[in-house]
Amino acid sequence: MSEKNIIPEPQQSLPNTNVSNDQGLLQWISSVDHKQIGIMYLLMALLFFIVGGAFALLMRVQLAVPNNHFLSPETYNQLFTMHGTTMIFFVLMPAIFGFSVYFTPLMIGANEMAFPRLNAFSLWMTFFGGLILYFSFAAGGAPDAGWFNYAPLNEHNYSSSKGIDYYCLGLLLSGIGSLTTAINLIVTVLHYRIKGMRLNKLPLFVWMVFVNAFLIVAALPALNAALSMLILDRQFDAHFFTAAGGSALLWQHLFWLFGHPEVYIVVLPAFGIYSEVFPVFSGKPIFGYNIVAASSVAIALLAFGVWMHHMFAVGSGLVVNSFFSASSMLIGIPTGIKIFNWLATMYGGKIRFTVSMLFAIAFLIEFTIGGLTGIAFSIVPIDWQLTDTYYVVAHLHYVFIGGSVFGMMCGLFYWFPKMTGRMLNEKLGKWFFWLFVIGFNATFFVQHILGILGMARRVYTYPDYKWYGLLNFISTVGAMLMGVAGLLLVYIIFKGLRKGKKAPADPWDGFTLEWTTSSPPGLKNFDTITEVTGRRPLWDLKHPDMRDKM
Amino acid sequence: MPIFYSHIIHVFFCQSMLNPSSTQAHDIYALFQSFHIAAFGMLALIIFLSFFISIKYRKKKNDDSIPKQTTGNKTLEVFMISIPTLLLIYFFYQSFNVMKAVEPAVAGDATPDIIITGHQFWWDANYTNSKVVTANEIHLPAGKKILLELRAADVIHSFWVPELGNKMDMIPGKPNFIYLDIDKPGSYAGLCSEFCGAEHAWMRMDIVAQNEKDYADWLAQNSTDATLPKDSLAMEGSEIFQTGTCASCHRIRGTNSLGVVGPDLTHFDSRKKMLGGMMNVDSMNIYKWISDPQKVKPGSKMPDFIFNKDTLQALTAYLLQLK
Repeated sequence: MSEKNIIPEPQQSLPNTNVSNDQGLLQWISSVDHKQIGIMYLLMALLFFIVGGAFALLMRVQLAVPNNHFLSPETYNQLFTMHGTTMIFFVLMPAIFGFSVYFTPLMIGANEMAFPRLNAFSLWMTFFGGLILYFSFAAGGAPDAGWFNYAPLNEHNYSSSKGIDYYCLGLLLSGIGSLTTAINLIVTVLHYRIKGMRLNKLPLFVWMVFVNAFLIVAALPALNAALSMLILDRQFDAHFFTAAGGSALLWQHLFWLFGHPEVYIVVLPAFGIYSEVFPVFSGKPIFGYNIVAASSVAIALLAFGVWMHHMFAVGSGLVVNSFFSASSMLIGIPTGIKIFNWLATMYGGKIRFTVSMLFAIAFLIEFTIGGLTGIAFSIVPIDWQLTDTYYVVAHLHYVFIGGSVFGMMCGLFYWFPKMTGRMLNEKLGKWFFWLFVIGFNATFFVQHILGILGMARRVYTYPDYKWYGLLNFISTVGAMLMGVAGLLLVYIIFKGLRKGKKAPADPWDGFTLEWTTSSPPGLKNFDTITEVTGRRPLWDLKHPDMRDKM
Repeated sequence: MPIFYSHIIHVFFCQSMLNPSSTQAHDIYALFQSFHIAAFGMLALIIFLSFFISIKYRKKKNDDSIPKQTTGNKTLEVFMISIPTLLLIYFFYQSFNVMKAVEPAVAGDATPDIIITGHQFWWDANYTNSKVVTANEIHLPAGKKILLELRAADVIHSFWVPELGNKMDMIPGKPNFIYLDIDKPGSYAGLCSEFCGAEHAWMRMDIVAQNEKDYADWLAQNSTDATLPKDSLAMEGSEIFQTGTCASCHRIRGTNSLGVVGPDLTHFDSRKKMLGGMMNVDSMNIYKWISDPQKVKPGSKMPDFIFNKDTLQALTAYLLQLK
């Protein structure tokens, strides 16, 4: 037997570990505990998910039939802008941070994040960013130029309400929160790993979070710069993004230099979750650890060389378009490989169909659809036809929902017992899974066809062309199903919290360190942990005769 | 079979890229088809593997044996990387060729045949070889390679006619160009495909492609100036138009109305639709529109005027005789 390691007591974060950890709301608000902060991130994501989802349903009602007058164009434009902004910055970002700050310390055998107070600061910055964005509704109108907010439509002349000013402030604040969380995660992973856990033995979730943190640190500054310039334009009549002295395209370059990496920022941690869930529920280690780990690094590096594929229709000429076409195709390779790695992980295993695993398997297919339509957009002439149509709307939802949101669901059903000490109802969970998957595909698959049939995105209504009415109606029905599924999820969570079966420390026969401590973990995560020798420390502990060789 | 197929496409999917009607659109459509065949193949493979593996390797009841703990397979991994890479190289090559054919570099001194300018929320078309200026219904010659210059007057718009090929953004301060080689006469629906503000949805246009003779006739007819109306009601409308605020935004060639902010109305009634495709040109729609523009098309740039009934009728009569 190897020796036991004493986990150092995090003095700063827990000045007095004897303090009662049941002081109600005040304790949550003042908490610097990474687990409570993680849960608050997830609750924040859930709150904004309900709001952003309600916006989407209102939009789908408006689009259910041609020439509809349910919403005015101004209202519709605010709704789709707020839907996109909310879902990216205040649902997906907090959700990945929630899982990241909760499980990174637990999976590397640490008791806290490196900077617990900075961790709390990040959470509240993100939350206040969201509140400021939403305050715009009370201040005369929400932003209405789309989540990527192209210049010069975002300028004062064309959007005179205060909405876009609040958009800038809200995203700047939450951007600061994201950056500080990223730095916190990097230091935590580099400095607080348990003895024996070299970087090449990191659980893949932690590895992806680690790579992702660098991506955040490198990508966010471009957005922050663009937002600051836009505030100067709007408040002090600077001309960064107007044709008079500046350039409308400058905004697009800055925004997508952030925006494309952002897509990977919200999907890499989800990839990490799948890379934990597939092995556990197949009873096998991940297939090709090195390739999965290395391809994430490749994605992170390439992510900074593909932004102009959002701009193939701006008239940049053959050379520029070819370069970005090639780089965008290239990034498809490390992404595509992972699909095969996960399939190969399942191959030859003993697969258990928990709700978490169902989401992981469904992800393989949904994300492949989103990935393939992504390749379609890297083929410039196809992009010229289909960009800014419903084909893009379908594509991005297959990536964001089929990739990221499915990952969040996968993680939620996998880790809920650890976080709360209660099991979620698997039977209701399966109802939720099927409702959500069917609703999702009904909503978005037909949108590929609408795009091919020439329906532009971001229109508040459309003429009664052949098929438009029928396909849009199917899409609306699908969205309603997703809405019902969303309500069911909220019910499942609250039922689980109140009446769920008590969860053991290791309900899934897991492989990684978070399953060695109680469910939920105490204020201090671990007392002692055996030295780590392989990539699956808990497996090694359970099967001393079949330890992973390194 | 191919004839049957193209007939189906035509009947069911007109007004879309599935019914390509220019050299450029044909090239793109061929690439679109071959890519989607490959993509469906790949998707079918993933769906098959997901289901097959899930079913074959599901955990059976009472089977507590431990599966073989494989961690990788070098040969398989090489295959996994090289096959998609080869496919992508093939499509990059195809993509490059089509790009070169569809959007060749435009010489610096090339003169465009037509300059199209995007406005919130309508299209202005200026025919460089004649006096013709029109809006929203743009006539183009078929069977001939033409060069369009695309500009924006305010925010970014995007010129897109799905049946005629690639879209191209219209960017303030940066003129763009596209070549078009339309197969045959016909009517093609176009639209703005970059979100441009409140009424982006109703920034549509009709492209009318004509053979050489019809096109020449149309140009000749549309380069004439407006003539004085014959009946008294329209005459009254004309006076209101010229002396009121209408003239500061709209132009009617042959009169004192010289505004360039709104659409040119010289031959307004020769067009089928108005308001960026929102409604047909007829007396009821014109009347409704000028009596309360912000109700008909909220967010459009035409302000509300407080006209009385007689004025509205006179203006309507005037506009309706601008053939």
